[in-house]
Amino acid sequence: MTGVGRDGQQSSTPQTEAPTDQTDSASALRHPTGGSDRLRRGGGRGRGRKGKVESVVPEAEFTSYYGRPIVKPSPWEHDIPAYLFAGGVAAGSSLLAAGADLTDRPSMRRSGRLGAIAALTFSMVALVHDLGKPSRFLNMLRVAKPTSPMSVGTWILSFYGPFAGAAAASEVLSMLPGERKGVLRLAEVAGRPAGVVAAVAAPAVASYTAVLLSDTATPSWHEAFRELPFVFVGSAAAASGGLAMVTSPVAETGPARRLAAGGALLELVMEQRMERSMGVTAEPLHHGHAGTLMKAAKALTAAGAVGTLLGGRSRAVAALSGAAMMAGSACLRFGVFEAGQESAKDPKYVVVPQRQRLAEHGPTRFPA
Amino acid sequence: MTEARISPNAFWGPLDPSADAGYDDDRPKRKGFFTDTSICIGCKACEVACKEWNDVPSDHFDMTGTSYDNSHSLNANQWRHVAFIEQPVRPKQTVDLGMPGRAPAYVPGLPATGADPDPVGAGAPAPIDTSDLLGSMLAEAPGSDGGSASADSMDFRWLMSSDVCKHCTHAACLDVCPTGSLMRSEFGTVVVQDDICNGCGYCVAACPYGVIERRRGPDGHKNVGIAQKCTLCYDRLTAGQTPACAQSCPTQSIQFGDVEELRERAEARVAKLHEAGVMDARLYGNDPNDGVGGTGAFFLLLDEPEVYGFPPDPVVTTKDLPEMARKAATAAGVLLLGAAVSFLGRKP
Repeated sequence: MTGVGRDGQQSSTPQTEAPTDQTDSASALRHPTGGSDRLRRGGGRGRGRKGKVESVVPEAEFTSYYGRPIVKPSPWEHDIPAYLFAGGVAAGSSLLAAGADLTDRPSMRRSGRLGAIAALTFSMVALVHDLGKPSRFLNMLRVAKPTSPMSVGTWILSFYGPFAGAAAASEVLSMLPGERKGVLRLAEVAGRPAGVVAAVAAPAVASYTAVLLSDTATPSWHEAFRELPFVFVGSAAAASGGLAMVTSPVAETGPARRLAAGGALLELVMEQRMERSMGVTAEPLHHGHAGTLMKAAKALTAAGAVGTLLGGRSRAVAALSGAAMMAGSACLRFGVFEAGQESAKDPKYVVVPQRQRLAEHGPTRFPA
Repeated sequence: MTEARISPNAFWGPLDPSADAGYDDDRPKRKGFFTDTSICIGCKACEVACKEWNDVPSDHFDMTGTSYDNSHSLNANQWRHVAFIEQPVRPKQTVDLGMPGRAPAYVPGLPATGADPDPVGAGAPAPIDTSDLLGSMLAEAPGSDGGSASADSMDFRWLMSSDVCKHCTHAACLDVCPTGSLMRSEFGTVVVQDDICNGCGYCVAACPYGVIERRRGPDGHKNVGIAQKCTLCYDRLTAGQTPACAQSCPTQSIQFGDVEELRERAEARVAKLHEAGVMDARLYGNDPNDGVGGTGAFFLLLDEPEVYGFPPDPVVTTKDLPEMARKAATAAGVLLLGAAVSFLGRKP
C-alpha cells in the first residue's frame, strides 16, 4: 500500500524503465475485485499523462495512511435521511394541497395539508433529535448564513412551517361540525392564502436538502452536487403524489398521479446521470447496504410509476402504486445517505478522485 | 459578525481571512504553524502539551497494530496527532548508475559528484551541515558509505509527522456552521465557541482534512456533544504566548509565527533540503492559490500527502456552492412548474 506514493515521484526516479509487458501482470495483481471497470473508465483520460507510472498502475491503486479514513463521516444518524424523506413529502403535499384547494378537490386538499404538517413535525423532531446539544436548537436562529445550507434550510423551514401549519389548522377547523365565529372563522378562511404561500415556499424545502448533503467533503455527496437536487425534487414529487394516491379517491387524484409519475421519471433519469458524473464516488451507491437500498429505490419507484400510468384509475392499484413510490423515495434517501457515509470511511474515495484530477488538470490553483 | 460583505474571493482563492471577517487594520498578523516533518522525532510532546493546556481528555489510547501510532487520528479529543509511517525499502532500481552504495530511491540523490554546494560537506560521503544536523542526517542514506547501521537493520525508514487543524483560509467548517459557533479569530485562525455550538455536526462532514469532530465522551467531561478541534491556543495567543505544542516541540519541527514569515522560512528550508539531496521534500498547504486558499498550518513532507493521511489536492466545498445553489434553485423551479402543470387538464 505504500508503493504508489513513492512511485509517483517523477522528479527522483529515472524515466528509462519501459512499461511494456509489465503492465498486464501488474494490473492483474493490483486490481481490486469490485468495480474495477468503473474505475478504469472513470479515470481513462488521465492515463499515461504522468508517464510510466500511470500506465503501469491502474487508477484503483492508491496510497493512504494505513488505510485510515481521511475525511470524517458526518455524525448524523438515520433521522437525517428520514428527515430528507419527510421534508420531501411535506413539500410535495403542500403543492398538491394548494392545487387541490384551488381546483376544488376537498379530499386531496385535506390529505395534502394534514400530510404536510405531519411530515414537517416529524422532520423537526428528527432534526432536533440529531443535534449533539438539542437544548441549543434555537442557536440556529441567531445567524442567517448564506454559506451554510443548514442555516438557509432552517430559515426556509421557519418561513414555510407557519404557513403549512396555518393551512393545516384551517383544515382541522373545517372538519369540526357547525359554524365558527371570530378568530376561528378567520383562521379557517386563512387556509387558502396560507396554503398558497406554503406551496410557493415548498419547492425550496424539497431541493435545499440536496445542497445540505453536497456542500460537504463527503465524497459521494459532494460529487453528486450537479444532479442531486433534481433527484431529490423528483423523489419528493413521487412520494407526495404517492401519499395523495393512498389517501384520496381516484376521482380527485389525477394531478397527484401526474406529479408522481413525472417525479418518478425525473428521479430515475437524473439518478442515472448522477452516477455517471460521479466517477469512482458512485461506487458506494452499488455496494453493501446502500447498494441494496438504491436497488430497492429504483425498483419500487419504477414499479409505482408504471402502476400509476397503467392502473392509476383503479383505487387499489393507485393506492398500491402510491405506497410503492413512497417506499422508493424513502429507500433513495437512506441509500444516498449511507453511500455518503461509506464513502467518507474509505480513503479511496478521497484519494483516487483527487489523484485523477491531479493527473488530468494538475493541482487546483486559483486562476490568476 | 455580519456576513453582509461578500468579497470576490469569498468562496475560494487567495484572501486575508481576518480582514475578510471584518477585523480592522490594527489586527495582529495572521498566525500559524509550519510543521517541518523532516525533523520530527515522534516524541509526542506536542500531543501531551496540547492535552494538558487545553484540558483535552486522554481517552481511547491503544496501539493500532500497524505502526507505533497509538492516538489514531485527529479528532475531538486529539488536537495534535503524530503519524508514524514505517516504510520498507523498495526493491533496487534497475537503473544503477554504478555509484557505490547507491541510496534507495526515496532518499535519492546523494551528491555523487564533487559539485556539492555545501562547502562543509565537500568531499565527504554525505553532506554534513553542523548548523542543521537533523536535516543532514536525512540525506544520509541508509546503507550508504556514510551510514553507520547495517543494511539489515536499516531496510526501512520512519516518517513522523505531527498533524493539526489546518486553519484554512477558506475553512469549510466555518462556512457551513449554521450557528456562527465556528468563527475567525483576529489571528486568522478558526475557533469553536463552545457555548454557541449546538452539535449539529455539519462541520464534521465539511472538513476536507477530517479534523473537526463532535466530542463523544468521556461521559461527564466538558463539551460532550460539541464540535472540538485545535484553537491554535487562542488563549495563549491573546497573551502573546506560543501555542503549547510548538512551545514543547524539542526539535522545532513545529514552528509557530506569522504565516507570511513562516511561508518564507518553509521555502528556504525546502530549498536547503533539495540542495542537500532530499529531493522528496515538498511543502503542503503553503500556496495561497490552492483549493483552500492556503492553510494557516502547513507542512514540509517527505512523501506524497496521502502517505501521511492528507488529501492530495483538497478543495473547499464552498468552491462549488454557487453552482449548487443554482442547481437547487432550478430544481425547485422544476418542481413548482411540474406541480402546476399536473393540475392542468380537465377534471374527470
